[in-house]
Amino acid sequence: MRYIQGFRDGRAARALTALIAEEVRDDRDYHLMEFCGGHTHAVFRHGIPDLLPDNVELVHGPGCPVCVLPVARLDMAIDLAGREDVILASYGDMLRVPASRRNSLLKARAQGKDVRIVQSAAEAVMLAKENPDRQVVMFAIGFETTTPPTALAIKQAAELDLANFSVFCNHVLTPSAIQSILDSPEVRELGQVRVDGFLGPSHVSTIIGSRPYEFFAEEYQRPVVIAGFEPLDVLASIRMLIAQLNEGRAEIENQFQRGVQRDGNAKAKQLVAEVLELRPEFSWRGLGEVPYSGLRIKRDFARFDAENRFDLAERAVRENKACQCPAVIRGVKKPTDCEIFGTVCTPRNPIGSCMVSDEGACAAYYRYRRYTTERPREAAEA
Amino acid sequence: MCLAVPARVEALHDFDQATVEVGGVQSKVSLALIDGVEVGDYVIVHVGHAITRMDVDEAEKSLALFRELAETLGESTDALHTGVS
Repeated sequence: MRYIQGFRDGRAARALTALIAEEVRDDRDYHLMEFCGGHTHAVFRHGIPDLLPDNVELVHGPGCPVCVLPVARLDMAIDLAGREDVILASYGDMLRVPASRRNSLLKARAQGKDVRIVQSAAEAVMLAKENPDRQVVMFAIGFETTTPPTALAIKQAAELDLANFSVFCNHVLTPSAIQSILDSPEVRELGQVRVDGFLGPSHVSTIIGSRPYEFFAEEYQRPVVIAGFEPLDVLASIRMLIAQLNEGRAEIENQFQRGVQRDGNAKAKQLVAEVLELRPEFSWRGLGEVPYSGLRIKRDFARFDAENRFDLAERAVRENKACQCPAVIRGVKKPTDCEIFGTVCTPRNPIGSCMVSDEGACAAYYRYRRYTTERPREAAEA
Repeated sequence: MCLAVPARVEALHDFDQATVEVGGVQSKVSLALIDGVEVGDYVIVHVGHAITRMDVDEAEKSLALFRELAETLGESTDALHTGVS
């Protein structure tokens, strides 16, 4: 626990916040986007927004794989689970996410469909081995952190020559999402969202390294600090970003030296490249169609591709009109700007995916901020 | 989803498997995504797989830096936060 608790020391946190308060300039604002939903929750869980000066604003990014998965893809997974011969293996996060017609994987399971929660894709391979007369489909979602285990499972299935294992691949890429945010009309033209710099996700970066972000520093002049997930990591990274902005620098800095290298994990990247390839286009909830932002299974491994094996059709979906999830994912709205937040839409009865996931911004606000939704400064201005 | 925890490697098994420990809880994880792990190393674990080795020297460096900050600056703010240890 030394390497968890050690990074939560209250005194060091106070020292860091005192330094941040000293170092911020009074004549400007700082809008920092924490890309990853894990960061959003860490930030609220440890009360970090309350420790920051008023002119430092954290903008919540789209780094929540459950939230950005389009409802149409979830509907397809539920269709798969509905087949008599299929066992659908899913990470637990997906089960309560609302699909079309108020359906969900949890409801499908309650109706007798065979949906199993797995901790890893390797467990799904085991399921396939244990159930030779059933088709086991791994519902694979997630960013680069979760992708290598999926690739590994497909290779393992190939080695075992499993005829009853396949993957419904929905993996997405972090750099494409950051670029989509920076290119969005809200940031470029309308000025609804200001992002001065990014707190980069450290666990994704253990795999991809810090190199992919260099483009954002050069091309978009936005600094990126790759930040750990413990409160001291986050505070130290915010301080590094503020220093860069004060000095007019836009560089890639790595606060998570203990786990991230510039080139990432070569073995894992090699494995992913062997099994998966870029999709020309993937539709994100909130961001829409983003070119080359998702992964699919390569032709050599096509027999393990659930989209090949089963007759899956993507159907048009009507989203709940009141739900502001897409705008929340883009950072345009705060969860509390949504009319149904905390009333109609709660973690127990979620209308949108952002309220379900342990990384969704709405879930974070509901859990930690329900009773203190306005910052004192905003209240005073109003 | 992308959350991961640092864990200490307790024992190595066949087929790239290992037993790791976090806060007194042991579990089995796969080491297939990294090379050359030994007992006593720290790895960062996500969905049952070690995704990278944790550099203990770097972690200790960060901790030392935070400790130093706490000792030099932490006290001056203690008065503001009575009842918080």
